[in-house]
Amino acid sequence: MENYALILVGTVLVNNIVLTKMLGLCPFMGVSKKLETAFGMGAATTFVLTLAAGASSLINEYLLGADYAYLRTLSFIVVIAGIVQFTEMFIRKTSPVLYQVLGIYLPLITTNCAVLGIALLNVQAQHTFLESLFFGLGGAIGFSLALVIFAAMRERLEAADVPAYFKGSPIAMINAGLLSLAFMGFSGLVK
Amino acid sequence: MLTAILIMSGLALVIGVILGFAAIQFKAEENPLVDKIDAILPQTQCGQCGFPGCRPYAEAISRGEADINRCPPGGDEGIHRLADLLGMDAKPLGDGQAQAKAKSVAVIDEQRCIGCTLCLQACPVDAIVGAAKQMHTVIAKQCTGCELCVAPCPVECITMEALTEDITQWKWTYPRYDIKNSALSTDR
Repeated sequence: MENYALILVGTVLVNNIVLTKMLGLCPFMGVSKKLETAFGMGAATTFVLTLAAGASSLINEYLLGADYAYLRTLSFIVVIAGIVQFTEMFIRKTSPVLYQVLGIYLPLITTNCAVLGIALLNVQAQHTFLESLFFGLGGAIGFSLALVIFAAMRERLEAADVPAYFKGSPIAMINAGLLSLAFMGFSGLVK
Repeated sequence: MLTAILIMSGLALVIGVILGFAAIQFKAEENPLVDKIDAILPQTQCGQCGFPGCRPYAEAISRGEADINRCPPGGDEGIHRLADLLGMDAKPLGDGQAQAKAKSVAVIDEQRCIGCTLCLQACPVDAIVGAAKQMHTVIAKQCTGCELCVAPCPVECITMEALTEDITQWKWTYPRYDIKNSALSTDR
C-alpha cells in the first residue's frame, strides 16, 4: 500500500509528467488559456491516461512479452486511440453535459504524448499492472494539476501589465519555466 | 515476423470489434432529422447559407431557426427535397442569398494565374486542378459556382461566368402553376 502511495505522490509532485519530464507540453500550452477548459481537459486526460496505462501494461505483459518488444509503440498507440474513441462514445451516451464540456478535447488526447509516455515509462520501470494503474493515475493528476495551476496563472497574466514584446505566448513560456523550477523544489520530498 | 503481424491485426480486430459494438450500444439519440436534412444538402461546405457548413445549417433547419431556401449550390431541387421532407412549401432561393443567380462557374484567366494553389485549397468540391507554380484551371462540370475561390486569389484572375443555357445543360424546370392568381382571375 505504501508503495502505491509513493508512486502517486512521486508522479504527481516529484516527477510531474509535464513540469519535470516535459511530456504533454502541447495541451499544456494549448488549452491553458481558460481555467474552465483546463479543468475539462484535465478530467478527460485523467480518465484516458489511467485506462491507457492499465491496458498497455496488460498488453505488454500478456501479448507482447520480451520477444515482441519492438511492437510496443505501435500497439500502445492503437490501444490509446481505441480507448479515446471508446471514451468519447461512452461519455456521449451517458452524460451529454460532460460531452458538451469535454467534446473537442477528447480526440486531442490521442496525440497527447504524455499518454504514450506514461505507457512506455511503465514498461521501462517494469511496473506490475496495479503499479501501472497508479502510475497512470498519478501522472494524469499531475498533468491536470500543472494544467490548472498554469491556466490560473495565465488568467492572471491577462490582467497584468506585460511589456508589449512579451505579451501572449512569450510570457506564458517564461511562466511555464518558472512553474517547472518551482516543482523542482519537490525533488527532496521522496527519498 | 508473421506472429508480429498476427499480434497487431488481432489487436486491431479486437479494438475494432469493441468500438463497433460500442457504437451500436452507446448510440446517442441525436435528432434523426438532422441526418436526413444533412443528406439532402450538397456537402460543399461553402457557407453561403450563413452557417459554417452543411451540418450546422442542417441543425439550424431542424431547430426551425433557418429557412430551407438558403442553399444556392443545392439549387431548386434541394429546396424541393427539403420541402418534401419537412412538409413545408417550397420557395425560391431567397432572402439575401445569391438571389436566383443564374448558375455560374468560376473561370481562371490563365494568362494571369501565378500558380499559387490558394484557390485549390478553397475549392470545396476539388473542381480546380493545378499544382504549385503551374497554371490552374477549373473543371466546369464539377464547379458548383459557390464563389469561394474568388476571394483567395491574390491576382484576381478568377471570374464568375454565368452559364448560358444550351443543349448540354438545359433541364426541365419544375412545373409552376400559379394557382393563386388563376383562382382570382376565374372569380372575376
